[in-house]
Amino acid sequence: MSLLSIKNLSVETAYDSRVLVNNVSFEIEKGEAVGVVGESGSGKTLSALSILGLLPRGVQISSGSILYNGKDLVTCDSETLRSIRGREISMIYQDPMTALNPVMKLGDQLREVIDSHQSNNSDINQMIFDAFKEVGIPDPERAFHSYPHEFSGGMRQRVMIAMALILSPELLIADEPTTALDVTIQQQILALVLEERRKRNMSMLWITHDLGVVANLVDKVIVMYAGRIVEIGSVERIFNAPQHPYTAGLLASLPKASDKNRTRLASIPGVPPKPWLVGDSCAFAPRCSRAIEQCKYTKPELANAGGTSSACFNRVGA
Amino acid sequence: MTSRVKEKSWLHYYLRSTSGVIGAILVFLMVLLSLIAAFKLYPHDPVLQDIENTLKGPSGKYWFGTDQFGRDIFSRCLDGMRRSMIVSIFSVAIATVVGVTLGILGGYFGRWFDSVVVRMSDVIFAFPAILLALAIVNSLGNSWIDTSLAIAVVYTPIFIRVARGPVLSTKEMDYVKSARILGFSSPRILVSHILPNVLAPIVVQIALSLSWAILTESGLSFLGLGTQPPNASLGLMVSDAQALAAFAWWTLAFPSLFITIAVVGLNLVGDGLRDSLDPARRNS
Amino acid sequence: MKTNFFFSKLLSVLLTLFGISIFVFVVLRVIPGDTITGTLGTDTGVLSPEQIDVLKQYYGIDKSLFGQYTSWMGSFLKGDLGFSFTTGLSVAKLTQSSLAVTAELAILGTVLGVIMGIAVGMFSARKPGSVRDFAGQLFGLLALAIPGFVLSTTIVAVMANKFHYFPNGLEYMTPWRNPWMNFQQMMFPALVLGIAVAAPVMRTTRSALLETVDKDFVRTAHGKGVPARRVQFKHVLRNSLIPIVTMTGIQFGYLLGGAVIVEKIFALPGMGRQVLDAINHREYATVQSSVMIFAILFVTINLVTDLIYRQIDPRIK
Repeated sequence: MSLLSIKNLSVETAYDSRVLVNNVSFEIEKGEAVGVVGESGSGKTLSALSILGLLPRGVQISSGSILYNGKDLVTCDSETLRSIRGREISMIYQDPMTALNPVMKLGDQLREVIDSHQSNNSDINQMIFDAFKEVGIPDPERAFHSYPHEFSGGMRQRVMIAMALILSPELLIADEPTTALDVTIQQQILALVLEERRKRNMSMLWITHDLGVVANLVDKVIVMYAGRIVEIGSVERIFNAPQHPYTAGLLASLPKASDKNRTRLASIPGVPPKPWLVGDSCAFAPRCSRAIEQCKYTKPELANAGGTSSACFNRVGA
Repeated sequence: MTSRVKEKSWLHYYLRSTSGVIGAILVFLMVLLSLIAAFKLYPHDPVLQDIENTLKGPSGKYWFGTDQFGRDIFSRCLDGMRRSMIVSIFSVAIATVVGVTLGILGGYFGRWFDSVVVRMSDVIFAFPAILLALAIVNSLGNSWIDTSLAIAVVYTPIFIRVARGPVLSTKEMDYVKSARILGFSSPRILVSHILPNVLAPIVVQIALSLSWAILTESGLSFLGLGTQPPNASLGLMVSDAQALAAFAWWTLAFPSLFITIAVVGLNLVGDGLRDSLDPARRNS
Repeated sequence: MKTNFFFSKLLSVLLTLFGISIFVFVVLRVIPGDTITGTLGTDTGVLSPEQIDVLKQYYGIDKSLFGQYTSWMGSFLKGDLGFSFTTGLSVAKLTQSSLAVTAELAILGTVLGVIMGIAVGMFSARKPGSVRDFAGQLFGLLALAIPGFVLSTTIVAVMANKFHYFPNGLEYMTPWRNPWMNFQQMMFPALVLGIAVAAPVMRTTRSALLETVDKDFVRTAHGKGVPARRVQFKHVLRNSLIPIVTMTGIQFGYLLGGAVIVEKIFALPGMGRQVLDAINHREYATVQSSVMIFAILFVTINLVTDLIYRQIDPRIK
């Protein structure tokens, strides 16, 4: 049985029922790292937030199930969900500048996680110091009594990681945690997370808009477009033989070290449509160089083709 | 540079705000009643006594009943509302003109002039409104002009502050800086660049200040420092009702109702304006 | 850095107070000088020559305008606040007891108002746009719009005249002499003032809570598995405190003004009534000093509020 199994998840706005995430299904195995790649508005963040029930006001899950170790997180009671958050499944977020309580000391914010789950630990403070050390915070004693605004973005992100991992969760959900950071810091954080994952054999769900980031990070890649999954596959297969034209386009737009000077970065012309406005057709068709007649009036479903999955009528390499 | 997308006017948004619409209706009602009083179209003369009908409840003849002198409370309410309106409009007009001018000039030209302006408004802010109005009325007198001046002084600083804020932030904006570099004259910059940003908060503040002015004016009248008897004033009527209300509820209820409706109406209008003029218009 | 800031703030406050003294002086000097000399010995005329002298000193009669100001300020700063001939007491003595009354009233009113305001604000903010939210906001609107004097008059009419219960009709008792009577006498006026304070506090609380609830760190708190109740208080409310504290400080100042009317209606011998009586008896000295004291109080309260919220928000330090 998979660790996490999302089936037919759909998310919409509460007030006027606009579909934001359309029938998303995938699994995460124990110890597996999955990357979800897509542009803004593709529904990747909302899908991730749905898992722990952290959708913002005005947005709700309209259908589907999220099975964690057999429990459906969509329908379970709030206390069950609360006990899973922070202990069995943890999440780190995109903007370290706003994700921490500005008027609470960092040590207290970490202690809160521990206290909320009543782990019987004699020396909580030591646990917290160790957690700080592990994520590379130089002076754990000082950090314990400091406030978030005294630290840089990169440091705050480390604190968040410490907070997320302190109770050794089975699954870590990371919503673009490096997007808001400088490139050099990005690399450090990525390395840190990779190392932690390796040590703990932890499952991971990594959300990003940058396909390049997942290359050395994950085992499986899910590509989302306009609220739907358009391709799923192992990271090797996706990078070597993408099937969906969108995936191929994303790959082509990555800057490569081998590019000769001054070649224009390839980009996909046009903009993604709003998920709720796409009818019975392929959402990507208007921008697709491989679009055929069928694409315009039938919605493509994910279908296995050669041990992998993509939603396309005219696959790359077909 | 014109926008190709048709921008909805503030009126459109205002009309979508239920509270704003209700407020507008209430204010309109009060203005209407005041105008009726202004043209002396009330059913009875507000100061005319009817000794045989003192303290009678609402009836066909006297819609809101009569007071201790047999005067028609309805007509007195109309006239009282008229007085309150005059005083508040007059005082807020003065406060707006003086306050906004000082605020804009201070904010734009800065330096010592601005410091003086800010210091002056801090001084006035240091006094509770009623108290200051009391003190000034005490020195000046009871006429509606004196009362208006007193209230105007009390509420000028808030307009200084409301006008100064946007000026300070707009002044730093790139498009204003470029205008200055290009050599545009100060008055021109003030009018075409700064003023539009300042307009919205000022309009909202006018509505709110009008409501406070009405409260202050009726408070002063209640204390006997505004309109003098036998002229009708809402605050004065409430004051008279202190001894009467237990057995003649209408002497208290109706003037209170008028004051409350006016204040509620103006507050709602202020809210409606705030929501419709703010560029970050939220759709609730 | 903190002491530096404190001193510059203090300097600013002193400058403002100086400006206030000039302002008070100007406002009350609009009264022609001979009116003052006229009242110095008029109908209440039981002033002894010494008392007349005190007043003359205080006013600086027969001096130039500048001289008048300096002699007034000089007297004031020395603690001579003038003389009240209707009561036969120095204003300083009068103020001692009246200030205590007004202070008690203001504190009670503020505490009551803040509790009501935060409670209703939290109640409203739980489900924005719902019926309870509407009810809460309606309460806030009415609390704001119904004048204090109307509310007070209604209470008096109902309580005193209908139910014949009016503790304020009896002689005023300080809390040390008769705590229970004092409480009864403070009860209604504090309620009226409290309602006036509750309105803006409720609005501030509601909007601060609504704004905070959408913030990222609240989501993080939920995501960590922190129980909902704790999130409400430790994360949402705690971060909403700053605007609430600021608003409370402002309201406490306005309360001093509202006290004027309420003290009159409920016959409390506070500073508000002192000023009113002085105005009615044309005791300019008393008016002048009392107004000055009010202003000093107001400014001090604002300063204290400022210092308090710097303590609450660790970001400003």
